[in-house]
Amino acid sequence: MRLDKLGVAIALIAGYAVAAAPFATFRANRIVAGEPQTLLAALPSWAGPTLLAVIAAAVLIGLFRTPSTLRLAASFAALAALLLLIGTAADHLTPPGNTYARVSPASGFWLLLFAFALLAADALTRLRPTPPFRILVLVLAGAFLGFVLFTGSWDKLSILKEYSARADSFWAEASKHVTLALGSLAAAVIVGIPLGVLCHRVQKLRAVVLNVLNIVQTIPSIALFGILIAPLGWIAAHVPGAAEIGIKGIGMAPAFVALFLYSLLPVVANTVVGLAGVPPQANDAARGVGMTEWQRLFRVEFPLAFPVILTGVRIVLVQNIGLATIAALIGGGGFGVFVFQGIGQTAMDLVLLGAVPTVLLAFAAAIILDAAVELSSPFHSRTSA
Amino acid sequence: MIEIENITKRYGAVTVVNDVSLVVQPRTITVIVGTSGSGKTTLMRMINRLVEPTAGVIKLDGEDNRTLPGYELRRRIGYAIQGHGLFPHRTVAQNIAVVPELLGWDKAKIDARVRELLALFQLDPETFGPRYPHELSGGQQQRIGVARALAAEPNVLLMDEPFGALDPVIRSKAQEDLLAIQKRFGTTIILVTHDMEEAIHLGHKIAVMDGGNLLQYATPAEILANPATDFVATLVGTGDRPFRFLSLSPAGDAVEPGTAEGEAIPASATQRDALAELLWSGRPALPVVNEAGKAIGRVTVDGLVKRASRPAA
Repeated sequence: MRLDKLGVAIALIAGYAVAAAPFATFRANRIVAGEPQTLLAALPSWAGPTLLAVIAAAVLIGLFRTPSTLRLAASFAALAALLLLIGTAADHLTPPGNTYARVSPASGFWLLLFAFALLAADALTRLRPTPPFRILVLVLAGAFLGFVLFTGSWDKLSILKEYSARADSFWAEASKHVTLALGSLAAAVIVGIPLGVLCHRVQKLRAVVLNVLNIVQTIPSIALFGILIAPLGWIAAHVPGAAEIGIKGIGMAPAFVALFLYSLLPVVANTVVGLAGVPPQANDAARGVGMTEWQRLFRVEFPLAFPVILTGVRIVLVQNIGLATIAALIGGGGFGVFVFQGIGQTAMDLVLLGAVPTVLLAFAAAIILDAAVELSSPFHSRTSA
Repeated sequence: MIEIENITKRYGAVTVVNDVSLVVQPRTITVIVGTSGSGKTTLMRMINRLVEPTAGVIKLDGEDNRTLPGYELRRRIGYAIQGHGLFPHRTVAQNIAVVPELLGWDKAKIDARVRELLALFQLDPETFGPRYPHELSGGQQQRIGVARALAAEPNVLLMDEPFGALDPVIRSKAQEDLLAIQKRFGTTIILVTHDMEEAIHLGHKIAVMDGGNLLQYATPAEILANPATDFVATLVGTGDRPFRFLSLSPAGDAVEPGTAEGEAIPASATQRDALAELLWSGRPALPVVNEAGKAIGRVTVDGLVKRASRPAA
């Protein structure tokens, strides 16, 4: 049998992770330096060899040219085993009754997770899954995660210990994070699409608007927050009612405005590109059959440009979920609160409590919107002309 | 009837259509011929006001075409363009239904009309109705483009190089279909092309344009016999002139009494086809049969050659 190139890379990563990298870290409390533990040391005697066997099988299946479905099953099995057994490691390493001790996944675990996620992604790509199937895989993965959390098998892991100490504020920040990301996206769509249409119709406006938005995009986020403090503070002080609805120099308002400004460029640019891509014959025919300008916009131009505009929305959503983390710097809340608190306390587990949900959220948003983009263009394969 | 009176279109200093006047009789096909840049498409697009004229008036059945808003005018005039211009995000049935929908027909009537038109163009409504344009061949797309233009039963149909993207075999089939449909519905058709052969084949009258000017507006026979300028003569092509002239009349018109041997030719075939058959088979005469298959006489090489000569002015 012939070797698979990606399989070789995965085998090397997994081999290094198992042989040379620590699987979990044990610390006496949440801020002292940890003691790295190998896979076999970190897991109870029944679990270590089991996990090694699953990893070895998955690596072998990945190493040779095997059917994609088998590769997918193997990678999912390895991922599931890793995720289930890391909780066991926490149980195993924490001395009974010790509430200060912290067990967290170490580089070996993360490398193995990365390797098999790579194998899974590669197998999924080769299977060319339909959009509904990709959503199904996402839902199943989410359900698995929910199940693991619900059963409490990760409760002894440090990241969940951080969570249980902050359960209330976690969900409050989560909702702020989502509100910031989705709210600024909604505002950008409401403003950006009409602006894009205007730029498409008025040639002179196009260069000006796109250049200004390009410049906004290059301003570092922290600088933009700083720039916004003065004008928003002024508005709060001088415009009646502004302060009552939450507008002030720091907090949620400048974060919202900054995310909105960053979102405008992808939305406007993709609207312009999408509208420019509408076949000229379709536009001529739309006029020729007697559509009014509004009818042409809504019945021909928007539907044909929709996949491109939606791609812009996808870029914005994923970008905003990540960028919303920064909002915590100016009191805007969101998962960034935990990241910056964690950095301040040199508590990596707390950083992870903010970072991991952000990554998962962005990942899920990307998968869902990619599927939506694909579903929105059933007429896309213009093969015969 | 379409009356084009002293129509001029200028873009800045450039005159694209220069003081053109012509009258299109109802229920006829008028072909506007010219090279690219001659202003022929602009002239046609001023009829449904996709282009607004700088000066002059266009009347449809006596009424100035500016009395209605442009979009309402265009809903009443069929419009078919080169490369079909179908909406790629809509199915074949939805494409055909677009004008009836804009006019607010009820759904049952629209459905019936779509099925009728698909059947008329020899496309099975069940098979083709739900398909997207990219799933059709070029010839099928072109037929759907014409079906869409005819959907709301317009009296006038404008066609801009409708057969330009088709290969020769499908092209001549599409031309025959158009002639049959024009006969059936009595639609007034204005068709723009750069192909004089197509113009002679389809047009009751031909308008030749060059540099924004209307050089000649006459029947195909007149244009062949007496081209108004050297440019018209060049477009007609002196080498093909006699054969094009013969192609205007059916073999039935050239029948002489008498009999001939060999395979017969139908009276509806053109005289050009009859002469071609005579020359190719090396016979001096061919029997001619009517629609019922009954012999009605013969055509001869000598007779046809006489008919191919320039008519006395």
